[in-house]
Amino acid sequence: MIALLMILVPLIGGLVSFFLKQENKAKLWSFVVSLVSLAAISYSLVTGNEAGRSFSAEWLPQLGASFALKMDGASTLLCLLSALAYPVIFASTWKSTYASPNSFYGLMLLAQAGIVGVFLAADGLLFYFFWELALIPVYFLCSKWGGEKRIAVTFKFFIYTFIGSLLMLVGLLYMYFQTADGSFAMDSLYAVKLSGDQQTWLFWLFFIAFAIKMPVFPFHTWQPDAYEQSPTAVTMVLSALMVKMGLFAVVRWLLPLFPDAAVQFDNVVIGLSVIGMVYASIVAMQQDDLKRLIAYSSIAHIGLMSAALFVNNESGLQGAIIQFFSHGVNVLGMWIVVELIERKFGTRKMSELGGLAQKAPALTILLVIVALANVALPLTNAFIGEFLMFNGLFKFNVWYAAVGGLSIILSAIYTLRMIQKVFYGNENALTANNTDISFIEKAALAVIVVAIFVMGVYPSPVFNLTKDTASFILGIFK
Amino acid sequence: MNLILLSAIWGVVMMFSGLFLNSKSAAKTVALVGAVALLIGNLFDLSGKMIINSDFKGMLHYERFGLLFLTVLILALLIYILLSGKDVEAVGKHSFEYFALIFFVMSGAGLVALFNNLLILFIGIEIVSIPLYILTGSDKRNLKGNEAALKYFLMGSFSTGILLMGIAFLYGAAGSFQVERLAAITSDNFTAFTTVGIVMVMVALAFKVSAAPFHFWTPDVYDGAPTVFTSFMATIVKAAIFIGFLNLFTNAFAGKADTWKLTVAVITALTLFIGNITAVYQQSVKRMLAYSSIAQAGFMLFAVFAVNDLSKQGLLLYAAAYCFATIGIFAVLVKMKDYTFEGFNGLAKRQPLVAFVLTVCFLSLAGIPLTAGFFAKYYVLAAAVKTGTYLWLVIFAVLMAAVSVYYYFRVIQAMYFKDGEAQELEITAPFKALLVVVAAVVVVLGVYPSLLTNMLFFF
Repeated sequence: MIALLMILVPLIGGLVSFFLKQENKAKLWSFVVSLVSLAAISYSLVTGNEAGRSFSAEWLPQLGASFALKMDGASTLLCLLSALAYPVIFASTWKSTYASPNSFYGLMLLAQAGIVGVFLAADGLLFYFFWELALIPVYFLCSKWGGEKRIAVTFKFFIYTFIGSLLMLVGLLYMYFQTADGSFAMDSLYAVKLSGDQQTWLFWLFFIAFAIKMPVFPFHTWQPDAYEQSPTAVTMVLSALMVKMGLFAVVRWLLPLFPDAAVQFDNVVIGLSVIGMVYASIVAMQQDDLKRLIAYSSIAHIGLMSAALFVNNESGLQGAIIQFFSHGVNVLGMWIVVELIERKFGTRKMSELGGLAQKAPALTILLVIVALANVALPLTNAFIGEFLMFNGLFKFNVWYAAVGGLSIILSAIYTLRMIQKVFYGNENALTANNTDISFIEKAALAVIVVAIFVMGVYPSPVFNLTKDTASFILGIFK
Repeated sequence: MNLILLSAIWGVVMMFSGLFLNSKSAAKTVALVGAVALLIGNLFDLSGKMIINSDFKGMLHYERFGLLFLTVLILALLIYILLSGKDVEAVGKHSFEYFALIFFVMSGAGLVALFNNLLILFIGIEIVSIPLYILTGSDKRNLKGNEAALKYFLMGSFSTGILLMGIAFLYGAAGSFQVERLAAITSDNFTAFTTVGIVMVMVALAFKVSAAPFHFWTPDVYDGAPTVFTSFMATIVKAAIFIGFLNLFTNAFAGKADTWKLTVAVITALTLFIGNITAVYQQSVKRMLAYSSIAQAGFMLFAVFAVNDLSKQGLLLYAAAYCFATIGIFAVLVKMKDYTFEGFNGLAKRQPLVAFVLTVCFLSLAGIPLTAGFFAKYYVLAAAVKTGTYLWLVIFAVLMAAVSVYYYFRVIQAMYFKDGEAQELEITAPFKALLVVVAAVVVVLGVYPSLLTNMLFFF
């Protein structure tokens, strides 16, 4: 039931929000709705009732499609991430104003419903449904409330991902006709025996769809533009949650469906991912715009996760799944800081900022913690995941770990340089009459920081939660 | 049979009521009564109660699929009359005659959907086509309309000739016009002439559904004709010819698939390619919709290509999804003075509800989940995947579907994201309510397509 609630709460909440036309009402309503989601998933985690977290209902029996939701460890973790992210996003953008807020907040919640649906769907057709549906609200959000070039950029993003998902649909249809009982159910699809050739081309049909979404080099070109042009609240959804759709889909669909092809092409995928890591890190160093810097740094982090998913050992897989959560939390923290800076100073250019630390110590302290987590310093959450992933990559092939390791060094360079340029140094005309952040913004960032430390010091609950997913995947490869 | 009779009779009734009813605006009402009568007659058809219960020595074939398909067409006609009836009246002086012609077309559609004999198919297609030549040129003072009508007439007659020629070849092989006899042609008397016959019939039908490379008339005719009639031609008429196409190839030629499969595959690929790529370059929404109708025909051709159980469900759903959405879009388009994409700028601010319905319709045409268009595409593509061959064609088709997003979303972008002085539209409350119904139907079919497809098996 909890699984169903996770979709229904934002869905109904979003639809209601469209009708709340008065100023601030939609904002308050959405915040409450997002807290309800968080409460629901927290309750299910505390009670620890595994069976109660899944849900199944009849949908289209003639097609063999059912409304089946499955909440295993990885999807619980990602549902928790989205339930946690939304209140934080709403709180940190509380002071931003949007034209027609009822539509804005309505679409935000609908996007959440779609994204959570992707994390939960245990039926091929349902999965495809949510995969596309998550995109539609985001398309409208970016095109309506984004920056100057928003229409063209969002359109590129949309068409790019749409092509990917259509290719996946063809693959899915082919798989469907191979099932013994003519069903889209996850277990029936898992049970299909495919020949090597079939696995090869089906693997690529699915992988391209997921690679575009993540994005893995060379399918990443939509991403920096889209992140830059979207309103920051939407960028947070895109980078903390939507990219996880692609990574999660690899875990739930790609690896179990095509294990032989995954082994056969592991070098290609890992190679592309590692190239992407280093390439994105180098490009990130050249950026002056904060949003673009974080966008490229995000590509580098995603690259590591997608490489680790294919190394076929426990530490890589566990590390990647844990990092789904950590990366979401950390990148959210980075975006919040960008949002605060942009709202206050009207610019995101590092060259125009400086000396923020003098008047805004609280913001600075919180940012430095988030930034250090982004570099994966020990005691922060990202350290656990990245350590495991590099360990896995090292076991797979030393050279990948060595080349990929460069990106860690580079990430320290660009992150620390960013802090230095924006927060230290002398104040200029623009930043002279700076003030510190307000209580609700502090609270939003504090949630992030607490999450960073708790997971960094005491990660074992997360390990226990995701153990089942990792061991299931490894069982397939044995 | 009820439908064929009633629509022919109602056509005559429409013409005469034009003599007796002086008020021009009565035409829509009379037509509406006629459409409801057709619907009731069709429902009686479906339950087997007919005015004249005869299959005319096997020349007609009351198959559930054909009858159900006609139900969809009549529902589309009903929506069409309700949404655009006033605009039909406004085309010229002869409002009653326009509706009369539309009813004659429906009668022809009935023959095309239920034929079991090539002559009936031929007569049906002619009855559908000839009123269209007149409707295309109905705006007499419009030079473009005149040109379009003449072009359509010349090209249409030519394709009719090819159809007849093909039928003659097939008659030579089978010794009969009956569909069963065609299906029973053995390999002994299956000669090159039979193949030529099949290909000629295919070409003629491809012309009528505006499949490439026989589509050249379509943009000019759709653009030149009064917009209300474009709506009718691009939806109901096209779907009606498609069922004839599918039925003929399923019932008569399915056993000889290897002789025509490749040709249909090539026609499908060309239709998808030309329709989608050319639509991208259009500056007028009306012309874009003309090319989009070519592109959509490409997807419907998948049903003909696959000829299996999923084809029928797919074409049924496709006809419903495509007709309802397109009629909704055209109904709004007719009311606009500026047909360019810029004409839609800022429509969402002026008319949020209309813009929302249009968005749903365009999303459906693009095949986005949660709309009927998704399952329509799903079924026809699944039918093709099920055959297990020509997977390249399916992959090509989905890439073309991605192209179609480009031009459909241009309208959505104009409505929502661009500022502009959208034109004042004369939109009444009932019109809006009906648009909402159309959108609701599109969404409901997008969640539960089985509401429609199950009717093929249960009632």
